[in-house]
Amino acid sequence: MKKTIDFTVNNEQKSVQIRSADTLLITLREQLGLTGAKPGCENGDCGACTVLVDDQPMKSCLMLTAETANRSITTIEGLHDTPIQKAFLEHWGFQCGYCTSGFIMNCHALANIHPDANAYEIENWLQSNICRCTGYEEIKEAIMSVLKTKEAGTSG
Amino acid sequence: MTGAAKYTADFTAPGLLHASLLTSPHAHAKIKSIDLSEAEKCPGVRAIVIGQDIPVLTGTTVEDRPILALNKVRYFGEPIAVVVADSEHEAQSACQQINVTYELYPVVNSVHQALESKPILVHEQLMNYTQVQKIQPEANSNIANQIKVRKGDIDVGRDQSEVTMTADFSFPPSDHAAMETRSVRAELLPNGEVHIHTSSQGPFMVKELISRYFLIDEDKVTVHTPLVGGGFGGKAAVQLELIAFAASRAAGGKIVKLSNTRETDITGSPGHIGLEANVKLGATKGGKLTFAEIHYNFNAGAYVDEGSDITEIAGLNCTGPYKIDHVWCNSLCVYTNHPYATSFRGYGHGELTFPIERAMDLLAEKLRIDPIAFRLKNTIKPGDTTPSQTKLTKSNIGNVAKCLERVKTLINWDEGQTVNLSDRLIRTKGISCFWKSSITPTDATSGAILTFNKDGSINLSCGVVEIGQGTKTVLAQILAERLKIHESKIHVMMDVDTQTNPQHWKTVASSSVYMVGNAVLRAAEDAIQQLCQTASIVLRCEPGDVDVAEARAFLISNPDKYVSVKDIANGYKYTNGNSIGGTVIGRGNFIMKHLTSIDKETGKGTPASDWTVGAQAVEVEFDTKSYNYKLIHAVSVLDAGKVLHPKSARGQVTGAMSMGLSWATREGFSFDKNGIVLDNQFRTYKMLRYGENPTYLVDFIETPQIDAPYGARGLGEHGIIGMPAALANSLSTAAGVPLNQLPLVPEYIWEQKRGEASDSN
Repeated sequence: MKKTIDFTVNNEQKSVQIRSADTLLITLREQLGLTGAKPGCENGDCGACTVLVDDQPMKSCLMLTAETANRSITTIEGLHDTPIQKAFLEHWGFQCGYCTSGFIMNCHALANIHPDANAYEIENWLQSNICRCTGYEEIKEAIMSVLKTKEAGTSG
Repeated sequence: MTGAAKYTADFTAPGLLHASLLTSPHAHAKIKSIDLSEAEKCPGVRAIVIGQDIPVLTGTTVEDRPILALNKVRYFGEPIAVVVADSEHEAQSACQQINVTYELYPVVNSVHQALESKPILVHEQLMNYTQVQKIQPEANSNIANQIKVRKGDIDVGRDQSEVTMTADFSFPPSDHAAMETRSVRAELLPNGEVHIHTSSQGPFMVKELISRYFLIDEDKVTVHTPLVGGGFGGKAAVQLELIAFAASRAAGGKIVKLSNTRETDITGSPGHIGLEANVKLGATKGGKLTFAEIHYNFNAGAYVDEGSDITEIAGLNCTGPYKIDHVWCNSLCVYTNHPYATSFRGYGHGELTFPIERAMDLLAEKLRIDPIAFRLKNTIKPGDTTPSQTKLTKSNIGNVAKCLERVKTLINWDEGQTVNLSDRLIRTKGISCFWKSSITPTDATSGAILTFNKDGSINLSCGVVEIGQGTKTVLAQILAERLKIHESKIHVMMDVDTQTNPQHWKTVASSSVYMVGNAVLRAAEDAIQQLCQTASIVLRCEPGDVDVAEARAFLISNPDKYVSVKDIANGYKYTNGNSIGGTVIGRGNFIMKHLTSIDKETGKGTPASDWTVGAQAVEVEFDTKSYNYKLIHAVSVLDAGKVLHPKSARGQVTGAMSMGLSWATREGFSFDKNGIVLDNQFRTYKMLRYGENPTYLVDFIETPQIDAPYGARGLGEHGIIGMPAALANSLSTAAGVPLNQLPLVPEYIWEQKRGEASDSN
């Protein structure tokens, strides 16, 4: 049984036919071709599928598309030359690149919502994502370079 | 970065069908019956395949593994059936309607249990399996392979020793946990062509095995690999490709997509090997090592896959980078009813290094010699021999002592191994040395092809898979350096296509730069020769009078006289229209040289071309009341031969250190008494997260490897190798008890402090 949902994705109005059980991740990838959001665990544990829902980071595997009616979604494909994208490139914040879009979406939201985030807040936010390739050092350099918080904080 | 990078599961196609796996809920059971009648009636179902439909045994060393379980299941998570349907959810629902009846068997739940006299057998037909490589299984046992190393005379070594130590060490199997789960698309065209798209580290191996097991001519099989979302060795194994092909064939050859769920990726597909070890070391009172007697019993799980080779290289390099004249080692590859193991970053070396480097600390303590001073007395050098009696040279091994001295400075060893911070907090340091060689087939080969665009830029084609290690960037750099042009003028094909790219053995073993880098340099020489030939006609001289650099072919005696490469690379045209030359195609190849097979009684032989060495340290802040700890510093110093790309080299090393610390601090499967893996998702299988990492200190020593491109040694895996040992040495010092098991969770430290015997599982 399919139903129609209207929402905004990367500032474009979209109308999709969905099953009630479809997650936002599935809809973005399979119906809208927005494959920047990656399935990593489909259980909310790894953050590779992170997108913004009304500017708040959300793991798209944990949200049903039905819940997003009339809301505004931003995916990695909706970001263009943002400071955090440049910072990830400049600081080598990625290797295989699979977790990168999720990290960038989360960092982008953090920089917008808490530009003065302290070390505890940064850690609290970024612990929702897993990177298996890097040692997190480069990701830390990237997020620190876009936040106003300039001291390195307490965590390594 | 922009979402544009495409991985295997990001592609779709019109009419794409979806496959889903039914996996075993038991670790060891007879399959009495499989009833598909309900599942076949489910909406959208196009085909269902079970083991009996494809009763072929597979394996790269020994053919012991069915594509889908046949007659019995041997581990929790083993694929039993694959359902193909119009959508993923329909395939998943139909899977749940398959009715399998089992008769439960007793479970081999540890290596220890597997080696009991009169054990439960994981494989009853062990001796009848086809051996692809020569291995040594033992009848009526769970021993799939055994490596014996006998160097010198162990009795003489014992007599010479004045102080000895002995201890047991262990860690359970664990997982690679690459962020991208394994994913495949398979298609069988009406003309018999097979197309496989897979997130693999070994596309050429996939091609070979699809051809072998399904009796299809190899020229009909094309394997495509786009970007791969992390591999760490786990994607060198060939498993889902075979299932996906069988699924496509059953569905009339239509294109079928099969992606692992995280749960299936962790237990159903192969993971990281486990180990139970016993080490005895002896030394003189002055601290000179005299003998090593070592038992490595590897937990390969239900099938051998790479387990036998891991067992072999761990045996052949069993002592770590130390000069020991008398060595006795038995390294066993043991079957259990655990998920099976394949190659994992470090390939046997992180595994052997944990027991050896713990043993070195235990012996240093008995000798009352500083752990670094003790190691420095015994480091292996050019002129010495490895346990497999390979003679080391100034080229094939780096400088262990220099690495160790540098680590000593970086970790500030001289301030003391323990520093008190308060009445309950202390900081402690631990160290580890390591070495690693790659084990490759003695005929492992690679190729490279260069072609030129009209603008003079160059296309480089090779068979290396980009898994995040940055090899393709380094290859472009090697070529740019040789041709003296800017890297931006070199285009490296990122995807691999086995029909167009030249053969590359596998993207594993930190060997791609060595193998393909050499092939690229030869291809460059070949192209230069052809360019000089054409240029010599234009410049009216001999080919030997011409050289190529900075996109020009010029007279060596007068570089102002030149012709642009872009004007000769696809033929040179005179003003009157006459043309000479033609398309330049640079060809290069590389094959491993002077490797020999290994003597089965003594382990004597040359398994590898080179040993990369290094030293590492970990500093923790330890709470003496709660046994919790924080990682403060982690140090790695590698003899890299030559660092080709500093930022990428550091990133590879810190990434591997992080993986090693994650493994040592928290990773490892927990099994219940029935062999069920309790932590098969990221909610329960914990990994290091942001902010839990230490501050990394990384440095390189450069002792060139003469036959490698610009002297560069492999370094992609090495950061992981000594991390567990260095951490365990640090925490053992902090806790004041020997900590000889991984993972080093506070509960384990607490148990050891309480003197409780802990289960070796």
